[in-house]
Amino acid sequence: MSGTELEKAASANRARSGPSDGPALAARDLTRRFGAFTAVDRISLEVARGEIFGFLGANGAGKTTAIRMFCGLLEPSDGEAWVDGLSIATRAETIKRRIGYMSQKFSLYDDLTVEENLRFSGGIYGLRKREIDERAARLFDRLGLHDSRRRLTASLPLGYKQRLALGAAALHEPRVLFLDEPTGGVDPLARREFWDLIYETADSGTTVFVTTHYMDEAEYCGRVSIMVEGKIVALGSPKELKENAGVSTMEEVFLKAVRP
Amino acid sequence: MRRMLSIARKESNHILRDPRSLAVAIVMPIAMLLLYGYGISTELRDLPVGILDEDRSPASRDLVERMISSGFIMDAGRLDSRDAIEPGFRKGRWRAVVAIGAGFSESLIRESVGRVQVLIDGSDATTAATVDNYLKAVLALAGAPPGESGENLENLPLAGRARILFNPELESANFIVPGLAAIILVMIGALLTSIAVARERETGTMEQILTTPVGPREIIVGKVLPYLVIAYLDAALVVGAGRIVFGVPMNGSWIALAAYSLLYLLVALSLGLLISSLARTQRVAMMAALTATLLPTLLLSGFVFPRSSMPVPLQWLGQIVPATYYLTVIRGIMLKGEAWFPVEGGVLAGMAVLILGAAAARFRTRLE
Repeated sequence: MSGTELEKAASANRARSGPSDGPALAARDLTRRFGAFTAVDRISLEVARGEIFGFLGANGAGKTTAIRMFCGLLEPSDGEAWVDGLSIATRAETIKRRIGYMSQKFSLYDDLTVEENLRFSGGIYGLRKREIDERAARLFDRLGLHDSRRRLTASLPLGYKQRLALGAAALHEPRVLFLDEPTGGVDPLARREFWDLIYETADSGTTVFVTTHYMDEAEYCGRVSIMVEGKIVALGSPKELKENAGVSTMEEVFLKAVRP
Repeated sequence: MRRMLSIARKESNHILRDPRSLAVAIVMPIAMLLLYGYGISTELRDLPVGILDEDRSPASRDLVERMISSGFIMDAGRLDSRDAIEPGFRKGRWRAVVAIGAGFSESLIRESVGRVQVLIDGSDATTAATVDNYLKAVLALAGAPPGESGENLENLPLAGRARILFNPELESANFIVPGLAAIILVMIGALLTSIAVARERETGTMEQILTTPVGPREIIVGKVLPYLVIAYLDAALVVGAGRIVFGVPMNGSWIALAAYSLLYLLVALSLGLLISSLARTQRVAMMAALTATLLPTLLLSGFVFPRSSMPVPLQWLGQIVPATYYLTVIRGIMLKGEAWFPVEGGVLAGMAVLILGAAAARFRTRLE
């Protein structure tokens, strides 16, 4: 995406968002229980519009469960949450039009071509074919996939697949983009490239809510929260968290939070 | 609408991208039709039958002559006396014996009823029942009133005359092939769609779709449409092969058959989707689709076993098997040339709506 196109996209996004008052995402005492097990235990947080928010935690800490509640995949047992100012309890269907979601598992179809995958991603959000093709072409240029657009997605390297999945999840220009451990299993360079794409997406006005357990990635976020056994035990910018803990890396912050 | 179409297009891409599954979907029904069409046959050609003519009259000789020339039975030898009957059964020389008693021509003249005893090897009960009906039919064709089967010739109350309608040649293919079409279509239909949702659940793409504004109805309809095309192709192939290979007649309207088949296929496809939305894995979904369609259709629909002779609870159970209705329709259209089945059509349409609705409702329940 060239600079001017980026600006155009960003201004279009702002125009579409209208008056952006209030947080992009908010939770108050959000809780989810599975039987006797409490996966998410009264978490509260606010994410500002355009922010890149890192949702950290060890495996099994409840990150995915929380994201699924924000996306309308799971109902909360207790508490409340709002996405783009809409309550997840009552406006889940409207929320679904305004969010993008990239799940932990690779979520494109291996047996479809790159192009077909994007057409599908755009189509299920009700985009017109012309809109999809325009945006897809921009994405292909950006990812250098223009010549591969008729290739089967299965034949792409994982790093490309993940960036393609991100592009697909953001094709309809959502207000809030949820990424659930998007960079699992790829090398640091591919992760770096993925984060470049996240930054570009956020620059165009989209709020990014990303879970990860890579602490180097935490440094890229505006603010992060650390979740341990369903509870949020730390919340702030990486700089604040490091200062408060008196350490120099997020890795140490995380270890201290997990094993106080 | 646009969202539904993009699901349908995506699903078509899946199908076309996988020529092997496509081939299975096309070849399997034909292979099944040929296998079962030749395999399941209630027809008994060249049944070895011994003949005992105690009457030795022109009338009895005439009957024997006509029975043999009917081409349906094989003359396994003439018996001199009743003592020869049992050893012949034991040695397997004949599966049945037609015994024309000494009073045959006399009673034929006096009471205009000729009595013939039919003895059947009952060691294979199913075959025995078939042989019984079969010989009665042969006797009827040979112009003689059929006799009571078994030993009690003496207390034979009445000799009826059977006239076989709609399938006068007693071609079992005419009976079996429409039934096979009913089985194959419901099985393939359910199988095709049973994988469709379970696969997405397994790969995690369903989770992705559920976070989009796509509604359950759009998913369901979008997924059914492409498979409906394939299932329709299958239906055409199966009925076509039945016509060409087995020579099943088509006495009714193709349009009527196409219309009712559409309803039936919709039921089958939506059944597959419902199973698919309940099953966790593709494998479970496939097994469930096979079990849910094959056995009930085979046992309860009236394809093999006549529904009228089933215990009443099984008859009730048969009423929830879609093939029960389709069977009436397809036999009625192809063999009898009927075209109007308001009850069967209504039930099939109702089933399609109900099952599609249930499948759609299952989707609303998010991820749990």
